Amino acid sequence: MNTSALVKEYFREEKLPHIWCPGCGHGIVMHAVVRAIDNLKLDPEKICIVSGIGCSSRASGYMNFNTLHTTHGRALAFATGVKMANPSLEVLVLTGDGDCSAIGGNHLIHAARRNIDITTIAFNNNIYGMTGGQYSPTTPTDSYGTTAPYGNIDKPFDLCNLAKAAGATYVGRSTAYYAKQLTTLVENGIKNKGFSFIEAVSSCPTYYGRKNKKGDAVEMMKSLKDDYIDIKIAEKKPELAESKILMGEFYNKPEEEYTEKYQKIIDLLKKEQ
Amino acid sequence: MSNKIKLLQGNEACVEGALAAGMEFYAGYPITPSTEIAEISAQKLPAIGGHFIQMEDEIAGMAATLGGSLAGKKSMTATSGPGFSLKQENLGYGCIAEIPCVIVNVQRGGPSTGLPTSPSQGDIMQAKWGTHGDHPVIALYPNSVQEIFDITIECFNMAEKYRTPVILLLDEIIAHMREKVDLSSVDRIKIISRKRPTGPKEGYLPYKADEDLIPDMADFGTGYRQHVTGLTHDVTGFPSNSPKVALDMMTRLMKKIEINKEDIIKYEEYRLEDADFAIVAFGATSRAAKDTVNRLREDGVKAGLFRPITIWPLAEDALIGLSKKVNTIIVAEMNMGQYVYEVERVACKNCKVEFYGRIDGQPINPDEIYDFAREVLK
Amino acid sequence: MPKKFEIRLSGSGGQGLILAGIILADASLLQGINAIQSQSYGPEARGGASKAEVIISETEINYPKVQKCDMLLCLTQKSYDQYIASLKNDGILIVDDSIELRGANGFKVYSLPILKTAVDDMKRPMVANIISLGVISKVLDIVTEDNILKAVLKRVPPGTDYIT
Repeated sequence: MNTSALVKEYFREEKLPHIWCPGCGHGIVMHAVVRAIDNLKLDPEKICIVSGIGCSSRASGYMNFNTLHTTHGRALAFATGVKMANPSLEVLVLTGDGDCSAIGGNHLIHAARRNIDITTIAFNNNIYGMTGGQYSPTTPTDSYGTTAPYGNIDKPFDLCNLAKAAGATYVGRSTAYYAKQLTTLVENGIKNKGFSFIEAVSSCPTYYGRKNKKGDAVEMMKSLKDDYIDIKIAEKKPELAESKILMGEFYNKPEEEYTEKYQKIIDLLKKEQ
Repeated sequence: MSNKIKLLQGNEACVEGALAAGMEFYAGYPITPSTEIAEISAQKLPAIGGHFIQMEDEIAGMAATLGGSLAGKKSMTATSGPGFSLKQENLGYGCIAEIPCVIVNVQRGGPSTGLPTSPSQGDIMQAKWGTHGDHPVIALYPNSVQEIFDITIECFNMAEKYRTPVILLLDEIIAHMREKVDLSSVDRIKIISRKRPTGPKEGYLPYKADEDLIPDMADFGTGYRQHVTGLTHDVTGFPSNSPKVALDMMTRLMKKIEINKEDIIKYEEYRLEDADFAIVAFGATSRAAKDTVNRLREDGVKAGLFRPITIWPLAEDALIGLSKKVNTIIVAEMNMGQYVYEVERVACKNCKVEFYGRIDGQPINPDEIYDFAREVLK
Repeated sequence: MPKKFEIRLSGSGGQGLILAGIILADASLLQGINAIQSQSYGPEARGGASKAEVIISETEINYPKVQKCDMLLCLTQKSYDQYIASLKNDGILIVDDSIELRGANGFKVYSLPILKTAVDDMKRPMVANIISLGVISKVLDIVTEDNILKAVLKRVPPGTDYIT
């Protein structure tokens, strides 16, 4: 399907153009998510997109599915309720670095721990964009933000390691530059019957870029290309991986899914009756 | 003893009522003194094909409850004091996005961790004003185990009928005491479910209200695609900054409760026919007040009890009527004075309003209200 | 029976007194008499002070808490010291015989080896609550022994209905 057909099929055209700044990576990430849904030929009526608050979370409004734009940080908690109450729904959570790892950090680790069948795509732009450039849990140490005027003293989270350690059964990272790989990761994440976490590295030229002298949108997009290396290549040629950030599929070990486990209890009780 | 008549704990009766009303989903977090509601829901829901989940915190409990309702299931959560505070933001979300659900708050001594195992009625105002912004609130407060069963069903009915979160206030005393309940009372209550759209799926307007000001609500996954947001939105469900849209949305939210006050507001009047002296009390305190009224009557005082069952919206007309009839109203509540302010607001033009409160974690007993009443009557 | 009869069962957490209260209330309902059971408790699951209350009445019960006891059961010295003042002057006092009665005048006193029977004869300290109910069923002439027994069997965990 070409892009304009994709837009017609899966987007609420009347809600476009989106609110994101020129040069923002979020549009590409949103495109990758929809591309993955299309590749998998999922029934749009059964898809529920849940988002929190922040730049990334505005994506849900543009996408023509069952969409739920919740409170800040709570997308995964709402999504857990939706999935638990109706396990036949395909639930995706679109969230940001602040949304899912600061205010919503608790929900992230527990959704991962339960291995509930939700695919989470974290748009990571290393900053709170919507409120104007404050440092987030993924802002690198020594970077600047409006609330880190002397440089950030916090140590950033590696979101993928966090999700994996908490129990996610599918974990991957790619960037807005590698849109095809990102699409594949989202597809695999959806296919995994369990909790999948995909970190989609995006860029914020308006706040993060400007504050940190990262150049314009094109420069930043170049970084999303040059600073990353696929884990498979890095394993074969470690010399190429020096000072690069790993991307690709980090973890893929399916385990029994949460709502299926619960269904077993229901079935057992039914048998006893 | 018929098998419908049981000795049940208040919290147990709450779950029985919820199940009778059609609850299929519960999400919550353990907290004293509401925990039994979660425990019994965990035990009973899977047996009927429903779902229970213990979330990672109170906030998530409220969020998941809303999610469950959007997926089409009648949903409930229960909490106490600190947990009720944590749930407030998402409770507001439920109000603006018009998501039916029931939130039980078994009140305990506060503020903060306060007196976890002791009763209180300190959340009367929080029930109305806990979340930010203007919003309508329905809050009911039964006073017996039988009534907990019946009123829990009513709470679900109102939530579904008016597309709004409904707060069920309990206190540690009525939640933990055991009393006789006749579960067949459900046969006298009509079970109500939300209006769902039946028209074309294309062009479904999730917030376009009918004449009754309540929009039809589609379950996720049924083909009526919709966008649900906590942002101010128009009839399509999409956010808008238009002053007119904001005004229209807010006006309808408030009005849908306002015009149905008669259906929502419930109260009990006890020995008020010829009364010139009234006690206003709710929950466990109203039971003490009833004993006090009887004792005052034995003394020859024309005393009566007004017991609001619906705390919010305020039973304003009934209270004004009461104030025109009696010379004095005593408001007795286990707090430093909350409901009394509302009574003063509507009644002080017509009669004297006195307050009796208690905040030491001990229930208000009939003797102390009697002594206070005697003092006031001097 | 008097219009209203107020019973307080007191001891320490883990002695099963709340269950005893529930059984007593259940037995009253079986007999067609109104009953309310309530309790107060602290943060401890075991140890600490525990009190269960039962009000039985042929008429409607409003205030659900005991104000003055018609009957008081105490299984620990601490609970005796704490609650003895709440017993009516002509009330019934049932205590474990390990308890030292300080000025318990005017009451109808039953000082019995409840805890000793549970530990020595039944080899199960946790049955002190059911032994207490046995005592109450003999002393209390409102609820029949038969109904108390029925209520016990309804409420105790399966497999513990007959122990020797």
